[in-house]
Amino acid sequence: MLTIKNINTYYGKVHALKNVSLHLRKGEIVTLIGANGAGKTTMLNTISAVTPPSAGNIVFEERDLAGLPPDRIVKLGICQVPEGRQVFKPLSVEDNLHLGAYLRYRGREGRAEIRRDLDDIYALFPRLLERRKQAAGTLSGGEQQMLAMGRALMARPRLLLLDEPSMGLAPLVVQEIFRAIEQLRQERGTTVLLVEQNAKAALRMADRGYVLETGKVVLEGLSSDLLENNDVQRAYLGKDKKEIWER
Amino acid sequence: MKSFLRNEAVRFILFSVMILALPALLAGGYLLNVFVFVGIHTLLAVALNLLLGYAGQISLGQAAFFGLGAYASGILTATYGQNPWWVMVAVALTVGLLAFLVGFPILKLKGHYLAMATLGFGIIVYIALNEAVDLTGGPSGLPGIPNLTVGSYVFDSDLKNYYLIWGVTLGAILLSLNLVNSRIGRGLRAIHDSEVAARVMGIRVRLLKVQIFALSAVISSIAGSLYAHTMTFVSPTSFGFNFSVELVTMVIIGGLGSIYGSFLGAALLTLLPEMLRAFQDYDIVVYGFLLIVMTMFMPGGLVRGVPELARRLLARGEKGRADA
Repeated sequence: MLTIKNINTYYGKVHALKNVSLHLRKGEIVTLIGANGAGKTTMLNTISAVTPPSAGNIVFEERDLAGLPPDRIVKLGICQVPEGRQVFKPLSVEDNLHLGAYLRYRGREGRAEIRRDLDDIYALFPRLLERRKQAAGTLSGGEQQMLAMGRALMARPRLLLLDEPSMGLAPLVVQEIFRAIEQLRQERGTTVLLVEQNAKAALRMADRGYVLETGKVVLEGLSSDLLENNDVQRAYLGKDKKEIWER
Repeated sequence: MKSFLRNEAVRFILFSVMILALPALLAGGYLLNVFVFVGIHTLLAVALNLLLGYAGQISLGQAAFFGLGAYASGILTATYGQNPWWVMVAVALTVGLLAFLVGFPILKLKGHYLAMATLGFGIIVYIALNEAVDLTGGPSGLPGIPNLTVGSYVFDSDLKNYYLIWGVTLGAILLSLNLVNSRIGRGLRAIHDSEVAARVMGIRVRLLKVQIFALSAVISSIAGSLYAHTMTFVSPTSFGFNFSVELVTMVIIGGLGSIYGSFLGAALLTLLPEMLRAFQDYDIVVYGFLLIVMTMFMPGGLVRGVPELARRLLARGEKGRADA
């Protein structure tokens, strides 16, 4: 569904992604794990064309994304839930959700369709329904994460890019968010690229994973294999592996 | 009652009725003339509020669009004898196009830098109005601009101009209310809050910013044309940096991101100097002091501050009664 080949992205002079390649098959949940500054967020921003790559190519459903602006990417069916949620704080929950459907307003039927999608989001996250008139800034962290995901879903993406949905959330809330991601795949067949620091939780849910280190893919494979991998366990899962440390 | 007032259509109709009935209360005279200016200032403040209050983009050059509209209308009708209505439309569209072209490079800037760039634009226009003496009459101004007419009906009195200008202003308010409550309005507020998040939602941030900048220029230009035909005389001092700052003050004092707030801000800043006449030479000191007090105690502007104050006073009154 998405094939990324030899991507290079720079932030000014900083070489943030170095020859990164990865792919996603339809309906997969793939996770991208790695430490701070490894380039995980850059990867998502590169796909969304917020920070376009300087070399390499990205193909989505047989379409080359080179040179397309962010709004075209959204239109093609890729939507990002940005890091730190970035809900529009002064706006109501419902206005935030409407903004997700920004590119979809066409005529009366379009509006009716958006109403239905709104109901679907409220069914997925009932807490948002309770708070629909409230300003998004007054929601709890978990609710804001749900809102950010709901907002992205309003664009009807076939590929959802999630940037650290667990950031700063209580473990129970994280479980709730992850359950929603699995539910999305089951009910809508949404493909998900999930960036996480919480490597254990991410690998448990995902089908496959990539490990990013200072802008390079250093490992890739099935989640179950990565969970067993010594290096991954030592670096990201916090398992006690003294002998490796001391070597 | 409260939910009734929350209905946008009801509010607009109540506001319109109030505005249209006002001249009867003022019974002609001097205050009516002041309220003609409140109309023009409201039009300008609403236009700026779309940019500043909703999209969150500062402009310190708004008086330039106002001045371009006023001067272009004045020159084309007084000097070249063209039909003022067509001129008003053509000038507004030209000024809009100019804003679009200027907006593309400068709206890339943010915050203080955008303030500087728009300030620069305002100063350029101000200097041009002063220096192009052959065309504009320079610092001594441009006299002899005709009043607007429809057939043999001439808009030559305060009352007639009041209804003409408020007709246009109410139209602009209705347009703005529709705009800010639409998808575009949500897009503008999204840009205000986070440009990156707005972009990943598929909003073409830069284009939308430039479009709203151009729209506010078009409205300001129309306000300028109306001003020129009402006053029948224009001079550059009305369109300088001071006036740009005054417009920003109107929008902030009235309430950022509230269309009716722009009316309150425009009304206050237009009426206040008249009311402070009693202080004679010290009026400007009192004026400044009042503005400082208002920004300190009503940071949300009059539109949010006044109801809040009323609620507090009411609560205190009830408490007093309960204590007694």
